[in-house]
Amino acid sequence: MKIDNSLPLEYSTDQNQLNILGFWIFLGAEIMLFGTLFASYFTLVDRTGAGPAGAEIFEITPVLIETLLLLTSSFTIGLAVHAMRLANKKATMAFIGITLLLGLAFLGVEIYEFVHYVHIGAGLQTSAFTAILLTTLGTHGAHVTFGLFWGTFILLQIKKRGLTPETGNKSFIFSLYWHFLDVVWIFIFSFVYLKGMM
Amino acid sequence: MEFFERFAVPHPSPAIYASMVAIGLTVIAIIAGLTYFKKWGYLWREWLTTVDHKRIAIMYLISALLMLFRGGADAILMRAQLAVPDNKMLDAQHYNEIFTTHGVVMIMFMAMPFVFAFMNYLIPLQIGARDVAFPRLNAISFWLFFAGAMLFNISFVVGGSPDAGWTSYFPLAGNDFSTSVGTNYYMIALQISGLGTLMTGINMITTIFKMRAPGMTLMKMPMFTWSSLIANVIIVFAFPVLTVALAMGTMDRLFGTNFFTTSNGGMDMLWANLFWVWGHPEVYILILPAFGLYSEIIATFSGRNLYGYKSMVASMVLISLLSFLVWTHHFFTMGQGALTNSIFSITTMAIAVPTGVKIFNWLFTLWKGKIRFTVPMLYSLGFIPLFTVGGVTGVMLAMSAADYQYHNTMFLVAHFHNTIIPGVVFAMLAGFTYYWPKMFGFMLNEKIGKWTFWMLTVGFVLAFFPMYISGLDGQARRMYTYSEAAGFSMLNMLSFVGAAVMAFGFVLIVYNIYYSVRYSPRNIGANPWNARSLEWATHTPVPEYNFAITPNVASSEALRDVKNGHDLFPGKYEKIHMPNNSGLPFIMGVIFFVWGFSFVFAMWIPLIIATIGIFACMGYRSAEKDHGRYISVKEIEDTETKLRGA
Repeated sequence: MKIDNSLPLEYSTDQNQLNILGFWIFLGAEIMLFGTLFASYFTLVDRTGAGPAGAEIFEITPVLIETLLLLTSSFTIGLAVHAMRLANKKATMAFIGITLLLGLAFLGVEIYEFVHYVHIGAGLQTSAFTAILLTTLGTHGAHVTFGLFWGTFILLQIKKRGLTPETGNKSFIFSLYWHFLDVVWIFIFSFVYLKGMM
Repeated sequence: MEFFERFAVPHPSPAIYASMVAIGLTVIAIIAGLTYFKKWGYLWREWLTTVDHKRIAIMYLISALLMLFRGGADAILMRAQLAVPDNKMLDAQHYNEIFTTHGVVMIMFMAMPFVFAFMNYLIPLQIGARDVAFPRLNAISFWLFFAGAMLFNISFVVGGSPDAGWTSYFPLAGNDFSTSVGTNYYMIALQISGLGTLMTGINMITTIFKMRAPGMTLMKMPMFTWSSLIANVIIVFAFPVLTVALAMGTMDRLFGTNFFTTSNGGMDMLWANLFWVWGHPEVYILILPAFGLYSEIIATFSGRNLYGYKSMVASMVLISLLSFLVWTHHFFTMGQGALTNSIFSITTMAIAVPTGVKIFNWLFTLWKGKIRFTVPMLYSLGFIPLFTVGGVTGVMLAMSAADYQYHNTMFLVAHFHNTIIPGVVFAMLAGFTYYWPKMFGFMLNEKIGKWTFWMLTVGFVLAFFPMYISGLDGQARRMYTYSEAAGFSMLNMLSFVGAAVMAFGFVLIVYNIYYSVRYSPRNIGANPWNARSLEWATHTPVPEYNFAITPNVASSEALRDVKNGHDLFPGKYEKIHMPNNSGLPFIMGVIFFVWGFSFVFAMWIPLIIATIGIFACMGYRSAEKDHGRYISVKEIEDTETKLRGA
């Protein structure tokens, strides 16, 4: 394994560079995945059947809290990558830890939101609109959940092995994933919630 | 007993019971054979745990051939049923299941792995790489494909086959009209193998962008690699659409959602749109690598450089863009209105332009060439006129007003078989014959091969050209029988005869393999066809590390340059880094199979356990320390001496 020290840690080996390009291509596929969900959402948004419409069930408070939590976590994962490039193990771990906690809090609020929807009669089976709403949000939420486990694994590996080209590469790729989920959330916030409440 | 009743086949027939017995006996025979010849260890070490792109390619190839016969058996049953009017051989339900599985098996589990076999084998060799970018992921892709394929195939004997057509249109595919678990199999088996396909797409794009040998710019890549690159880009952008559509379909069937139902706001046309937004690019995923193989073969056996390299690349890029803009032409009659239909008519016809460019490029490559009529070349020469007929009828179908006459008739069936068989299947068989010596170290018999080619071509024309006529006369597709008064009897009998001739052709392929294994000479050298590109520059059989010295490439016809004095392998041996084998991909494939099976039958506890198992495998991989291994200079020297001495 040749290590090129003139490059940032996450790019320092050939395999690292392959991993990063491969992950960008994967994110391209993820854009298609969420793009399809959004397209289906816009198709089905007015097809509420006997169930409620978006304006009747959306509440701004939990959504704002979720947005705030997730946007902040995107900032902290950026700080984690910065610390990783400065070879500061402690700070890297701290910022990844904060990111994961913020993600966990986001997930908690989202679960509350889901329970609330089901409680007021907007469950998965109610109408085409509620199905696509919960599926779109749920797919994003499932990605966040997966990210929490993934991030925890990386955190443990950094703790055990330090900042190596491998763990540096992993944390950088994790940050790409986390930023991507944030971008998706911005679309959800704007086009699902805000547009729905207008 | 109540628990087991769900696994019963809802429409049993003697044929299905016979298949159950046959499957059982085959499994017992394989297990007994492996035990008797003490091959379990060999199987595990050399194949199930391999991450070598060449071995994975061969596993794809074997799977594709097996599925070819499974899908072919469906085909011959359908043609036999329709050979005479008012036939009672199959009932409507059984016929529905057979045309559904024929379509899915042939597209997803025959053509796709066939294409992947060549991509896996050839891309690293054509760009001078040691392996693909993510060898472990490559093995996972294969095992996911295999798990999906096996899951789909057991539907036939456990729980019932899907019966809503390979397009699985809702509401027909919904719970109200498809009551067996068959359509669950469709949704979940395609989901699993689709995941594998997506990962292959990511893997191959990364490999082509980052692992080319020194000197090989993008515009110096062999044409098959170019075609694969574009096909893989289409995969990455098309397959997530299928993922979402299948997930919604699964939820409609198992969780009672209303995406595609006709009540509570559901919209059945959303499925048709999503399916074809994936489905139309899918046909280009198959045909572009086929075009790439034809380009390699026609250049070799014309003894000339490929004509119009740049226009070949440009036309493929254009096809890939247009492939995403034509999906509505699959349902012109389903209520879009004249403006939408007109737009999609025009985009569809536009695809004929870049395709025409490619046809002329092949013709100009042949022009003044020293043509050798080998088996791969025969397939390629048969392809050009036959595929053109398929393309012309495609333009006929593209005219939305006229499509009201053709839609859902045998005319359409004739059209798409006319593009897929001479287009994809002939390319796969040509590539199979052409690259067989590189893969296995001996040639397939040319004489038997030529017989095969003529049987397949004559059989194809006999089987499918009559359908154009019966379709225009009004014979609908997917009808299990027709009355004598309809007047389709003669044409359908001709089709049956053609199908039978094709079946003999496919059996001849198996005989050819058997014959060549026994009698074909083994000392054929590295380049038996006198080909021109980089994959032929290494030894036969190809050593594990592909090239002892990373090649220094000057053009897309690297081997041709050597004859003109170019030094393809400068420098001396250095130790080579290779990935380690791993059992994890195979284990994940098995767990995914269990996951899928539990999902099909809505058995939630095994489903949850399997899900945890999948994530446990991923966690294990994440924490695993695996830096691969090195092949020493001494080992390389030994291998090279041995291979050169042969």
